[in-house]
Amino acid sequence: MIMNDLTYTIIFYLFAAITVFSAAFVVFSRNVIYSAFSLLFTFFGVAALYVFLSADFIAVTQVVVYVGGILVLLLFGVMFTKGIMNTELKSDVLHIVPGTLILAGIIGALLYTFYTTHTWMQTEKQLHGSIVERIGYETMSHYVLPFEMVSILLLAALIGAAFLARFDRLDHDNNKS
Amino acid sequence: MILTSLPHISMPLLMGNSLNAWSEALVGFNPMGLPLGLVILAAIPLVFIALYSLTYGVYGERKISAFMQDRLGPMEVGTWGILQTIADILKLLQKEDIVPTSADKFLFVIGPGVLFVGSFLAYAVLPFSSSFIGASLNVGLFFAIGIVAIEVVGILAAGWGSNNKWSLYGAVRSVAQIVSYEIPAAIALLCGAMMAGTLDMQKITMLQSGSYGFAHFYLFQSPIAWLPFLIYFIASLAEVNRAPFDIPEAESELVAGYFTEYTGMKFAVIFLAEYGSMFMVSAIISIVFLGGWNSPLPDIGSFALNAWTNGPVWGVFWIIMKGFFFIFVQMWLRWTLPRLRVDQLMYLCWKVLTPFAFISFVLTAIWVIYVP
Repeated sequence: MIMNDLTYTIIFYLFAAITVFSAAFVVFSRNVIYSAFSLLFTFFGVAALYVFLSADFIAVTQVVVYVGGILVLLLFGVMFTKGIMNTELKSDVLHIVPGTLILAGIIGALLYTFYTTHTWMQTEKQLHGSIVERIGYETMSHYVLPFEMVSILLLAALIGAAFLARFDRLDHDNNKS
Repeated sequence: MILTSLPHISMPLLMGNSLNAWSEALVGFNPMGLPLGLVILAAIPLVFIALYSLTYGVYGERKISAFMQDRLGPMEVGTWGILQTIADILKLLQKEDIVPTSADKFLFVIGPGVLFVGSFLAYAVLPFSSSFIGASLNVGLFFAIGIVAIEVVGILAAGWGSNNKWSLYGAVRSVAQIVSYEIPAAIALLCGAMMAGTLDMQKITMLQSGSYGFAHFYLFQSPIAWLPFLIYFIASLAEVNRAPFDIPEAESELVAGYFTEYTGMKFAVIFLAEYGSMFMVSAIISIVFLGGWNSPLPDIGSFALNAWTNGPVWGVFWIIMKGFFFIFVQMWLRWTLPRLRVDQLMYLCWKVLTPFAFISFVLTAIWVIYVP
């Protein structure tokens, strides 16, 4: 696609800003509902950043899994909790000195590893054509065992969830009588 | 199929008529370094949604529902009430924009916006013609299924922000319904994607072109295709909250569901979003199973009916007509079928549609592998 470099940069920084600011809002907001809704923009921004890495499949998966699944679940949980708006949320700053030390340490360690251990790795082959097909082929050939194991794990989780959420007929009958 | 096999007989246009020529010409349109073409590209589906909801959506639905019930419908404003919609718009524009005092102001205001954006985003990957598509993505179909998730968040914001029990119940019902019906819908569409071997909407459409017209459409290409077609149609009704799955806005139970408290332009935006997603699902079903912008007319001997009625401009006509046909069926069902109960809704989704979607998935896979 023909696109102006400047336009490209502006769009990138726009999405980066959306991601960072909404993530900050999630942390600093005193209202759980606003935090939850703000996550929408964070997830969306991250999906857009994936597009900039030309990982379009992962970007759409990000939206499907995080916005369509996890965020909706989170919102349901928050909305059905009694008195959620009256709960005092603590987002004050406590223990400033140890907090700053830990933060500085982690950032320092990350930056150190970042700059010393490796340069950016370049792949020998440039990506051509559709990523989706390659993901499909790789999943069904090289990685078929992990893929099947994950499916079984998910199936077990699904059965467990259905069992927990099931309407308990025995208990209900006992309560009635 | 290669790109050169596209039929080239069409009205001569300045921008040419090769694959995606119109949209690429628009993307390259950068007067004074401003990406104006991109904005126009995004505005075209928006204008289309607005125009179609005004004419066919509002006026058409009122007339069709009236004829179904042996009434006349709007008759007073203009001949046969043609100007009724314009009168309605004027009314909506000058209505007071009420925000309830106890509502959550912020969520109440952004709710309709997020809802509309969610229903509008999928238009980015709908091929409106062989020469026009917003973004020809490799993952187009997946994107169109997945982006509905944003609509869900908008509905929750609107329903919760209204601070009204009916609204919240409507929103929760609606979200539960959309999230559940996504599963059979996605599996049914996967059957079509499997027959095409790609998720690119433009390629799926191209693979269904040929001189026999409708016989090349995936609905008629395999003996099982009618099953995923039917499953997706039913599930899409639930995804856009149309009858018989209109329990989120059940007038007789919940006043109007999640948009009970909305007035004026916010109400109009919610309606626009609903009509937007109605056309979106209709376009998706036409693209995956009914050949998108391909002409359904077959060549009869030397009488090249298919070749004459194909091309970029005809493509726009065909996809809109196919979409409108499914919207007509949606309206028809709305005035024919009674509403389902919540438990019947879940029963239908999990115990009927999902197992049959899996069956059709396996059968289609066998068909694709063993029948050349």
